[in-house]
Amino acid sequence: MAEEKIISEEAYREIEEMFHHVPKKSATCIEALKVVQKYHRWVSDERLKELAKFLEMTPHELDSIATFYNMIFRRPVGRHTIHVCNSVSCWIMGYEAISDYLKKKLAIDYGQTTPDDRFTLLPIPCLGACDHAPTMIIDEDLYRDLTVEKIDGILENYK
Amino acid sequence: MERPLTQHIKKDGSVLTLEEYEKVGGYSALKKALKSTPDEIMEMVKNSSLRGRGGAGFPTGMKWSFVPRGENTVTPKYLVANGDEMEPGTFKDRLLVEGNPHQLIEGMIISSYAIQATIGYVFLRWAYHVAAERVEHALREAYNAGYLGKNILGSGYDLEMHLHTSVGRYMCGEETALLNALEGKRANPRNKPPFPQVSGLFGKPTIVNNVETLCNIPHIIANGVDWYKQISKSPGGGGTKLYGASGRVKTPGIWELPLGTSLREILEVHAGGMQDGYKFRGALPGGASTDFLTEDHLDVAMDFEEVPKAGSRLGTGTVIVMDDKTCPVGMCLALEKFFAQESCGFCTPCREGLPWTAKILLALEEGEGKMEDIDHLTYQTHYMAPGNTFCALAPGAMEPLQSALKYYREDFEKHIKEHRCTYR
Repeated sequence: MAEEKIISEEAYREIEEMFHHVPKKSATCIEALKVVQKYHRWVSDERLKELAKFLEMTPHELDSIATFYNMIFRRPVGRHTIHVCNSVSCWIMGYEAISDYLKKKLAIDYGQTTPDDRFTLLPIPCLGACDHAPTMIIDEDLYRDLTVEKIDGILENYK
Repeated sequence: MERPLTQHIKKDGSVLTLEEYEKVGGYSALKKALKSTPDEIMEMVKNSSLRGRGGAGFPTGMKWSFVPRGENTVTPKYLVANGDEMEPGTFKDRLLVEGNPHQLIEGMIISSYAIQATIGYVFLRWAYHVAAERVEHALREAYNAGYLGKNILGSGYDLEMHLHTSVGRYMCGEETALLNALEGKRANPRNKPPFPQVSGLFGKPTIVNNVETLCNIPHIIANGVDWYKQISKSPGGGGTKLYGASGRVKTPGIWELPLGTSLREILEVHAGGMQDGYKFRGALPGGASTDFLTEDHLDVAMDFEEVPKAGSRLGTGTVIVMDDKTCPVGMCLALEKFFAQESCGFCTPCREGLPWTAKILLALEEGEGKMEDIDHLTYQTHYMAPGNTFCALAPGAMEPLQSALKYYREDFEKHIKEHRCTYR
């Protein structure tokens, strides 16, 4: 009996397409981890092992890369990830009030997910929008010139 | 005043299409370049005195000249645009990539031609989703128009180009770490030598240039070296510079100004001065890893020679302003927490020293500081000085701290004596 794959076929097809412009399969591993995340939200141990085999790497090699980068999730995340910029310009412009409000509103701390699986709250370094500080990014949407008053309305967009 | 890099960028934030770019002269520099020899292009860039806009300010033409050229050299050669832009307080390359991606692509094609690279990468940071979509689209447009691919515009020159979006680490901005990331490895810095120009991406000759640097190239080729030198106010380098300001100024933003514009002009004229109720206390002139400048330094020319004379660096040219209601100790803590988190962990002084530094600063902020902590912090600034670490991350992290200890020492002492942050 063929072993059942736990990473989706679409994901594998996307990864395979990248092989042609690199000298070895492992060179695509960062992109490949991103693809797995796109389809499965986060990278579980099982998916990591399966992907490593596909890329001709050891699971440890791949894990050393997966755990190095900020945006590869090795633990489950909710349907939406909120990244609050905590770098210097946002800090000067009132990051703490935004951060405190989000923690209170969602009743979670950084690194945690709401019980309904809706939001994961994470800190992030500078988002490169310092002229509109404070900022945060939800999934792929950047929010600038934040005030505490704006947050409830913004969160409504994410179910 | 000439603003070659930003003059066509639209105010509403929408992208300049290929058609619009061509209408204002886009890709005419490429056509001109392909009629010259690669050596002639390199000579022009050398003579233009363009210096790298990513922070280190290395002369671009000289950097290129280290790439082996001629018939029997190693192939393929690579050219990489560094758009990692994760230096806190820096947001200049975003504007260039989002506003006019074809300007970057044209600059990359001409630069690739000069070093005879056949593969190019645009390396963008994770957070720049809009920029990534626009580059992807612009690359397709460029391929369809014959600016990329085989036999570009009938010249016989081939170049393919790809987009890589990072998965987030400050280290990726360091050029050798960036190459490791592109190879699918941890973004640890590499030993130099060998320099990337000789042994870079996958062991092949590679040039890594900052986005803003590459955006200068079409204009140098189109308008010539004399024009390029004359639009700068700085004797040490040509061209304009993208300057920015963030913090409690009236109109934070990005402005393209002659290289060598004074800090005062940037802050008082373009950023509109301080917000009502706030006074200027100091500024990091070029991102998080540059030394503080104070009111005494406002007339410094923001270029590669004058800022170091004032005790700091031009860095990325994006100024972070500290006002009189912002705590210098707290600001250092925010900075050092960032650097401690982003250390790649490869060398000991950085991996151990930065979290230690952040811990001491946190203790001061929480009212648990002791007088000897100031000596410990001073010790760290020597311990992580240039030459003691593998790359420039930790020495850069020490720049704001060492200058804060010099200019705002009374604030550090007050935190300790009063057992609290005196700004809360």
